[in-house]
Order: sequence, then C-alpha cells, then structure tokens
Amino acid sequence: MSFWEYAPAPESASVANLHDRYRMFVDGEFADGSGAPLKSINPATGEPLAEVATAAESDVDTAVRAARNAFERTWGPMPGSERAKYLFRIARLIQERGRELAVLETLDNGKPIKEARDTDIPTAAAHFFHHAGWADKLGYAGYGPDPRPLGVAAGIIPWNFPLLMLAWKIAPALACGNTIVLKPAETTPLTALVFGELCQEAGLPPGVVNVLPGAGDVGARLVAHPDVDKVAFTGSTAVGKEIQRTLAGTGKKLTLELGGKAANIVFDDAPLDQAVEGVVNGIFFNQGQVCCAGSRLLVQESVADELLGKLRARMETLRVGDPLDKNTDVGAINSAEQLARITELVEAGEAEGASRWSSSCPLPERGFFFSPTVFGEVQQSMRIAREEIFGPVLSVLTFRTPDEAISKANNTPYGLSAGVWTEKGSRILWAAQQLRAGVVWANTFNRFDPTAPFGGYQESGFGREGGRAGLEAYLDV
Amino acid sequence: MVEPLPTSSSGEQHAGSLPPELAEVTRDERSLRRFLHGLPGVDQVGLEQRAAGLATRSIKKDAKSWAIDTAIGMVDLTTLEGADTEGKVRALAAKARRPDADYPDVPAVAAVCVYPDLAATAAEALAGSGVGVASVATAFPSGRSSRQVKLSEVELAVSAGASDVDMVIDRGAFLSGRYGQVFEEIRAVKAACGSAHLKVILETGELATYDNVRRASWLALLAGGDFIKTSTGKVSPAATLPVTTLMLQTVRDWRDRTGAPRGVKPAGGIRTTKDAMRYLVAVHEVAGPEWLTPELFRFGASSLLGDLLMQRRTQRTGHYSAADYVAVDA
Repeated sequence: MSFWEYAPAPESASVANLHDRYRMFVDGEFADGSGAPLKSINPATGEPLAEVATAAESDVDTAVRAARNAFERTWGPMPGSERAKYLFRIARLIQERGRELAVLETLDNGKPIKEARDTDIPTAAAHFFHHAGWADKLGYAGYGPDPRPLGVAAGIIPWNFPLLMLAWKIAPALACGNTIVLKPAETTPLTALVFGELCQEAGLPPGVVNVLPGAGDVGARLVAHPDVDKVAFTGSTAVGKEIQRTLAGTGKKLTLELGGKAANIVFDDAPLDQAVEGVVNGIFFNQGQVCCAGSRLLVQESVADELLGKLRARMETLRVGDPLDKNTDVGAINSAEQLARITELVEAGEAEGASRWSSSCPLPERGFFFSPTVFGEVQQSMRIAREEIFGPVLSVLTFRTPDEAISKANNTPYGLSAGVWTEKGSRILWAAQQLRAGVVWANTFNRFDPTAPFGGYQESGFGREGGRAGLEAYLDV
Repeated sequence: MVEPLPTSSSGEQHAGSLPPELAEVTRDERSLRRFLHGLPGVDQVGLEQRAAGLATRSIKKDAKSWAIDTAIGMVDLTTLEGADTEGKVRALAAKARRPDADYPDVPAVAAVCVYPDLAATAAEALAGSGVGVASVATAFPSGRSSRQVKLSEVELAVSAGASDVDMVIDRGAFLSGRYGQVFEEIRAVKAACGSAHLKVILETGELATYDNVRRASWLALLAGGDFIKTSTGKVSPAATLPVTTLMLQTVRDWRDRTGAPRGVKPAGGIRTTKDAMRYLVAVHEVAGPEWLTPELFRFGASSLLGDLLMQRRTQRTGHYSAADYVAVDA
C-alpha cells in the first residue's frame, strides 16, 4: 500500500428500523393521509427509502382541530410542572433511541452519520431538556408573572436538520403550553414520524403534537388555517415572504428563520490553522446546507495566500462519500433538485469570472454528491457572493482594513450569522457590535446551544429561537 | 544591546540552506524574537477540537494491519531508567531486531533509544541489523548543565555509534525569553552530531502553552533540528494528540516554506495500538501521507510495541492472545 486507505466503517442501515410505509401522526394515532403518497429518497443512492402518506386539506383541518381540543382540554390547563415531565420524558426517549434516529436521519437526509450522531440527535435532545426546565418557570422569564400560551402553533421545517428543527419548534411550543401541528419537509419526513412514536411512548395526550407530511401545499393550507394562532417557519426567503403576506393583518404571531450568506472574517492576526478548521466547519458542515453556513470567506489580503493554501490542503483530506461510513466528512446533497441548483450557481460563478477550485476526492457513482469547492477572486457584485448557494461552495473575498471587512460583511440582504477570527479580544467585541447578524461566532463557527437565541436580520427573517428570548414567540406577551 | 547570533560554520548545512528570509530572522536575538512572536497564534479550543476529530477515524481490517506494521517500524524502543544495565539494553536490542519470534514478517523497529553511556552497548547489539541507535544527550532530561557537559555527552553518544541524538532544550532559557541562547545551543549540538540525526526535545509539558510549543518548534527547525520531539517522558503531560497535531502543522509549514521535510516524534504515554492509530491519522491528515515513514515520524515508547504485537496477532488469528505470547519489553 503506497498510502493509507482507511477501511470502510459503515454503520448498519438496519439500526434505523426502516419501514416500507410511514403514516401521518394526528391526534395521538398514526393514520393514512388523504393526499397522494410520496416516496422518500435516499440521497446517497438515489433509491426510494419508504413510502410516506401525505396530508390533504381535510387532514389539515382534522389535525388543527385535534390540536385545538388538546390545547383546551388537556395541555393548556395542565400545570407547567406536569408539562415538564412529558418534555423530560421525550428528551430521554430521543437519547435512548439516538442511534436509531441518527441512522434514519442519515438515510433520509444524506448527512454524514458522525454529524447526525454527534450533533443533530444530541442537540435535539438538549432542546427538549432545556425547554422542559422552562415549562414551570415561565413566570420568571421576564414576560410578566403569568404569561399565557397562544394556542395552536404551526411549525414548518426544512430538510437540512429534520429532527433538530422539529425540536426547535416543538420543544418551546409545548413548554409554553401550546399544542402544535408540524409539517416536516417533503424530502425528509421520516424522523418526524418516528417522533410520533416517541410521543406515544411518552404518554403525551393525543393532539398535543401532530405531524403532517406533505409538500408546500400542505404547509400553505396549515399557515392559512383560521384556527392556527402562531406560525413558526424555517426555510427559504421566498416562501417566508409568501407566508408573511398570507398572515398580514390576521393577528397571528409569526417567526421566520430564512436564508443567509454569512461572512467568515479572518483577520491577519488570526490563529490560522484553527481558522481553516472553522472555515471548513462553516461551509462543509452538512454539505453547506445550513442557513447560517459561513459561505463567504473574507480574508485579510496579507494572509490570504497562506490561508488559502492551508485551506486547499485541508480540503484534500475531506472524505466525501457514503454518509453511513463513520469516516465520511461530507455526505450527499439532499435531493437531485438541490444538486441541480448548486450546479447552476457554480456554473454562474465560473461564467462571471471567479476562479474555481474543487477538492480532488473521488465522488460516489450513484447518489447526489458535490465536491467541496472554493471560488477565488470573487467580487461583491457576483451572484456567488450574493445568493445563498446552500451547498459545499465557498466564495472567497479579500479585504485590506477592518472597516472594509465589516462593510463587505454587512453588504448582503441577509443577516443570520457571521464569524470573526482574530487573536485580539478588543477586535472581536468591536466586530461583533458592527456586524448585522443574529449570531456572531468568535474563533469558532456553527456551534449551537439551546440556551443561545438564534435568528436573523433583514431577509434572514425575524424572531429568535432558543434561550429565554425564544420563549417569547410562543407566549402571549 | 543586540548580540549577533553565531553565523553558520562548518557542518551546518541546514542554516546554509535556509531561504534568505529565514536566514535573516536568525541574524540576532531581536529578529528571532520578532519572528517567533509574529507566528500565527494557536487557539486552544480549536486545536483540541481538531485533535478530537482526528481521533474519531475508524481504522479496521487492511487499514489497521498496514497501520500496525507501519507503527512498529516507527517505534524508537526506549529505556531511560536510572536502573538501566547493559543486560537490559541487549534484551531490548534483541526485541528491536525481531519483535515477534513467531512472526518473522514483523518489521524491525526504527531504533533503540538509550542513555549515552549505553549507546555503545546498543550499537554493538544492533550491528548490522539496520536498527538505529538513538541516544538522549545534553543532560537529559532536565538539560541543566554547562554547554561543555552537554556537548561532551553528544560526542560520547556519536562516537559510540548513535545514529540519532535526542537533545533537550533549555526550557528555562526558553521560558525567560532567551531564544538566542536556545537557538545557539541547538546549533552547537547539531554541529557536534556530525552525520547523526538530531531530534530536539521541547518538553511541551513544561512549555505550558500551545503558542510556546509552536515557537519552540520553529526555533528548533531554524536551528537545524531534523526532528522535533514532544517530551522526555519524565514530565507530565508528555505527548498529547493536540501537541503532536500542532507540531505536525509546523513541519508541514516548514516544508512549504523551505521545501525540506522534517520529522516529528511524540514520546511518553503512548501505550496502546488505539493511541498509535490516532497519531498516525494525525500524521496522515495534518502533515500528509508522505510523512507516514520512520524517516519523518517516530514513536518514543517502551510499552507500545507489546500492544502493537498483540493486536497484530489478533488481526491474524482472529482472537486475542494472552500477554505471555509476546516477549515482555525487557
């Protein structure tokens, strides 16, 4: 052997307990939906994984009615200390079935098993634990002595972190005394439906949590439903705007967590080797399909060549391939459609004159994969510097002074996150104040914690999720 | 007043071959300090996360078999006790030549590492085997003696036939900022080594911060060290994966600047095959696959070899063998 090839170390797909068919979860029971069933695809192979029932308009009505009943009869009147017990139980069940959920998430979404196992599932459990703690302490959250729940919440979540986004919506809704109807993404509904089993196991009263698989039409129907009191949406900016238009004037509460085009700013005094790690983690984590991904690298000209040299060398060590393999760093793109979108934007970058460099790692022959890619010589005016690519594609821009870095970083219609890399503490504080982004990471990137509020500015949406601030969206304050 | 550092004299090809801008930084104490303090910082959290990530690679079957044999060939089988005797060194040498009597295809280790007064014994016992003799010199492990004593130890080791000299730096001088003194001493030892390879032990446990480890690594390379080595094994913590990762980054950066590859040797506390695999992953992914050779990476260890041999047997027979099937490390 001339050099070292790690042996494949695949996690067993059978751990996922995959069923042939999955049904929607309404009023505490699994039920056939009246919509046309959809096939969930394994993005790593392109083959169907399972058939999933979808909801029709009538099912949306049924689910919202069940949620309303549960809110009025059981969940709403229940003391916070009782609700907390259910949330703790759910958190523990997520941990107990963590391996199964991680493998299922990987099969359905295409993300590497190490990310599903080490990030998605534990963080989802942490959100339930965190919010369980709040359920009986809402009077101390700073929203008055007796904040009230809103009623029925509608949660609409994306395909990039299916179970984690579910936890971000369901945990605070339930902790605050609301019931919820959740619509998982069309391409990744499986873990949300297994979550229905967890609700049953936890003995959660029927109707408190309802899961309706389906496409955009189900989401639209749910958002527009007259008996929904609050809508929480995570997804694309375009859909977010549509939802906002629908809800305008209805008095329903709305939080939107939309796209991003985050700047990751590397100053010349940064710890360069760790900055490279942060850049890699910022843009190649979950194949770059992260709304807060650090997709624009802003590097000070004096260290640009050195940093980019290190970055390319590091990217060559990224292993792209079978998401179930424990050695895989970069998995599959979620869908053929998404792959086509990434390809289209990358071609636009080349056509606009940016210089493209892609890792030479071999890609699997089947499935939806895209090589980790970096664009150099990117200018602010190019599409790849402005539009969210939502894939493993990094645009590199340079700057000469700290002010220039900030003005370029803020020159985006988005404002979800940003990163600052410097050894100088005062510069971190200065930059964090200047940057218009909901989250500013210093000398790290893509770290999540249920205690830290997350949300955006401008076209990245409004409202915060997580922490004390995140409770506000689910309370009448 | 800024004292100029000694210019390179005979036998110091390293300094002579430095690119001009690096030769310039070694001109005097002040430029050396400016250079070392101008190196990019090391973020502790980030470095430790990276090292933890490297430790999660799953190595099995063929990859593991290859790695075990590679690791065996990288071991500097070490005995550094006050109680060392010629007999112990001979026993170690026998094991170094032929690590597992039942499996003649096991590669020999890279070297046997001893104190300088036993280097001659080791050289005699290993003659013709291709296994090197490494000798710790320069008032090991503290480094607290006169320059003259340190250099005569090096001469003792080299004249006894040591192929590698493992020197310790003066941590006191380094920590008090007398970088020129450390530089000069490494230069002098390098000159005294002749054709023997010089491994510079930084004793990273005493340097305390990762920034210091990076500076000391660069200092050792600038002064002509062929290898940078983590520890003496006498101070805790000895080798750690983050420190080794940092040193691997440094030799990679050095190669990028000068074109010359330099080696890394973690020493102390690496006892299991599992540990060794993690270090090899770091070598593979941080410095690069071309570093996966005893020329550029060594393990300073006394008990690691035993576990590697046990694991090697397990790979071949499919079951664990009892410890008594493998020779004890003398």
